Amino acid sequence: MERNDNNLKAWLYLLPAILFLGVFMVYPLIDVFIYSFEEGYNSASQTFFGVGLYNYAYVLHDPYFLQALKNTFILVIITVPVSTALALLISVGLNSISTLKNLFQTVYFLPYVTNTLAVGLVFMILFKPTAYSDGLVNQLIKAFGGAPVDFIEGPYWAKMFVLCFYTVWAVMPFKVLILTSALASVNPDYYNAAKVDGTSPFRIFRKITLPMISPMIFYLVITGFIGAFKAYSDAVALFGTNLNAAEMNTIVGYVYDMLYGDSGGYPSFASAAAIILFAIVLTITCINLSVSKKHVHY
Amino acid sequence: MKVVLKNLTKKFPGRDRKSEGVTAVNNFCFEIPDGKLIGLLGPSGCGKSTALNLISGLLKPTEGRIFFGNDDVTDLPPELRGVGLVFQNYALYPHLTVRENIRFPLENLKGDDRPSKEEMERRVQEAAKLVQIEKLLDRKPSEMSGGQQQRVAIARAVVKMPRVLLLDEPLSNLDARLRLQTREEIRRIQRETGITTVFVTHDQEEAMSISDLIVVMKDGVIHQIDKPQTVYDDPANLFVARFLGTPPIDVFDGRVESGWLYIGDDAVLSIQGVSDRPVWVGVRPEGFALDPNGPLECGLVGVEVMGRDSTVIATHPAFDGVNIRAIIPAEQAKDVGGGRVRFSVKPFKTHIFDRADESRLRFEVK
Repeated sequence: MERNDNNLKAWLYLLPAILFLGVFMVYPLIDVFIYSFEEGYNSASQTFFGVGLYNYAYVLHDPYFLQALKNTFILVIITVPVSTALALLISVGLNSISTLKNLFQTVYFLPYVTNTLAVGLVFMILFKPTAYSDGLVNQLIKAFGGAPVDFIEGPYWAKMFVLCFYTVWAVMPFKVLILTSALASVNPDYYNAAKVDGTSPFRIFRKITLPMISPMIFYLVITGFIGAFKAYSDAVALFGTNLNAAEMNTIVGYVYDMLYGDSGGYPSFASAAAIILFAIVLTITCINLSVSKKHVHY
Repeated sequence: MKVVLKNLTKKFPGRDRKSEGVTAVNNFCFEIPDGKLIGLLGPSGCGKSTALNLISGLLKPTEGRIFFGNDDVTDLPPELRGVGLVFQNYALYPHLTVRENIRFPLENLKGDDRPSKEEMERRVQEAAKLVQIEKLLDRKPSEMSGGQQQRVAIARAVVKMPRVLLLDEPLSNLDARLRLQTREEIRRIQRETGITTVFVTHDQEEAMSISDLIVVMKDGVIHQIDKPQTVYDDPANLFVARFLGTPPIDVFDGRVESGWLYIGDDAVLSIQGVSDRPVWVGVRPEGFALDPNGPLECGLVGVEVMGRDSTVIATHPAFDGVNIRAIIPAEQAKDVGGGRVRFSVKPFKTHIFDRADESRLRFEVK
C-alpha cells in the first residue's frame, strides 16, 4: 500500500519533466522518424502519397547531401582530435605554471563567453579579403613570400581550413576548463610517489596523469563528436546562408535547407537526412563507448 | 644506512607580506643509526611530516644539511636519494593492478640499473611475499581492504631496495585491530630488511610499541630523543611527560620548600637537589599507591574496574585538570570508599618541572 503511494508521488514529481520531454523531445523524434518514411509529405495539407524508402534513396543520391556528409566527416575527423589534444596540452601547461595562471585561464576561456557576431567580425578581419585589404592572414602569407588565398570564397581546402580552425577555436575553452579542473583534482600524492620513485615526466604523464583524467577526456571526445556532427551555425557565420553554393554545407545545414531554405519545403527529405545523422551519431557513440571500456579508468 | 640531520630548518613563507611565515622544522640535529626504526612523534601540525618530506627530498630545506651515510644528499632530488616513501593514504595508482603498482618503481630504472623482465617479476614476488600479499597480485587496489592496500604501499616502497624507508602516518587510516596488527607487521618487515626506517605518527602508543628510538617534537622543535621506555620514564620536560602515556600523567600545582616536595599543601616527598621554588609535579597514574597514612588526601569520585587493574578517579585542589586518574591493582579496589582516599606517591614515577620554562628538575629522595 505504502509502496504504491510512494510510486504515485514519484510519478507526480516526475510529471513536469516527463511532460516537457515528451512533448518537445520524444514526440518530435518519433514524428521525424515517421515523416522520413512518408513519401511527398506536405505539412500544410498533412497528406502524403505513400510509405517507403524513397526519401532515403533520394537523400543518399542528392549531391548536396553527399557534399554535406563529406564536409561533416572531415570537420569531425579533424576538429575532435585536434581540439582535444590542444586542450590537453594547454591544460597541462596551465597546470604547471603558477604565475599568471589565472590570467591565462581567463584568456583561454574568453571565446566561450564572446558574442558569436563579434567572433565572426574578428574572423572576417583575419581571413576575408576586401576591396581595401587582403585580410590579416593573407598579409602574413604575403610577408613570407606566399601567394594570397581567398579563404572565404576561394578553393575548397582553404574554406575547410577556416571552418576547422574556427570550430577548434570555438570548442577549445570548454575543453580547457574541464581538463584543467580534472588535472587539478588528481591527488598530488600520486605525483609525489612517482617523483620519489624516479619516474620521468613523460612517464608520469602517460602512466599516471592520462589514466587519472581519462574519464574526462572520454567525456570530451564523446560530446565533441556529437557537437561536431551537429555543426551548422559556424558554417553560416563564416560563409553565409547559401552553404550549398559555397560547398560548405553540413548535414544539419542540409536538413535546415530542406525545410526552410530557398529550395526547401520538403519535410520528408529533411526527416530522412536527420534520421541518417542520428544513425551515424549513434554508431560513433557506441564505438566510442566500447573503445572506452578498455582505456578509461574510473 | 645512517641518516644524519644537521641544523635542518624549513621555513614556509607567509601567504602575503602581512602574514608571517611558519617555521615547520626548526634546527633539527640528530642521527638515525643504521638499520634502526625511528618514530617521529608529535601532535598534529608539529612539523613531523615536513621533517619526513625533507628527508625524502620532496621539500628543500631552508637551512641545514642531510647526510645518508657519508653522502651529502641535501641537494639531491628525491629519485637520486634512494628513499622509499609510504603515504598516509597509500597513493596506490588505482588503474594499475597490485603487481603493476609494485613493479612501477623498477620500470623507472634506466640503463644498467634496469632489471630484466624476469628479475623484475622475481623482485615483485619477493616484495609481495615480504608483506604477505602474494595471492593478491592481480587485484586492483580498490578491491582490497585498507590493511592490504597498506601492505602493497610498503611493498612498492621496498621493492627498489631503498637506503631509507619513510612512512608517513602509515596506520592512521586503519581501524584499531588492523592498526595493532599492521604495526607489528611494519616492525617485522623492518627487521627482516634491515632498512633504516623513519615513521611519523601522532599516536604515542604506536611510537612506543615499535620504535627503537623516539623523537618527540612540537612546533618544529625536538623535545627529546630517546628509547621509548626512557622517554616515558625520564621525560625531558612537561610537554614530553604529558604527551606520552595513557591515561596521561597527572599534573599538580606544587612547590619545593625546605627539602620537601609539596602537592598543594600536602608534603609528599622529602627530596634534595632542587632549590625552593614553585613547580609542576607530574605523577604517572601507576605512581600512586593506596596508603591509609599517605600524605596526599584526595576526594573520591569513583572507581573504574578494568580487569587486570582499576582506575581510581579522584580530585585534589592542587590538580591541574578535572579528575586525577590513578591506576591500582584490581584486588585493592575493594579497599576504596567513603568519599576520601589517601595516596602516597612513588618517587621514580614522580617528576617535577620548572614552573616557568617547564623543563625537568631532577631530584634525589632523602
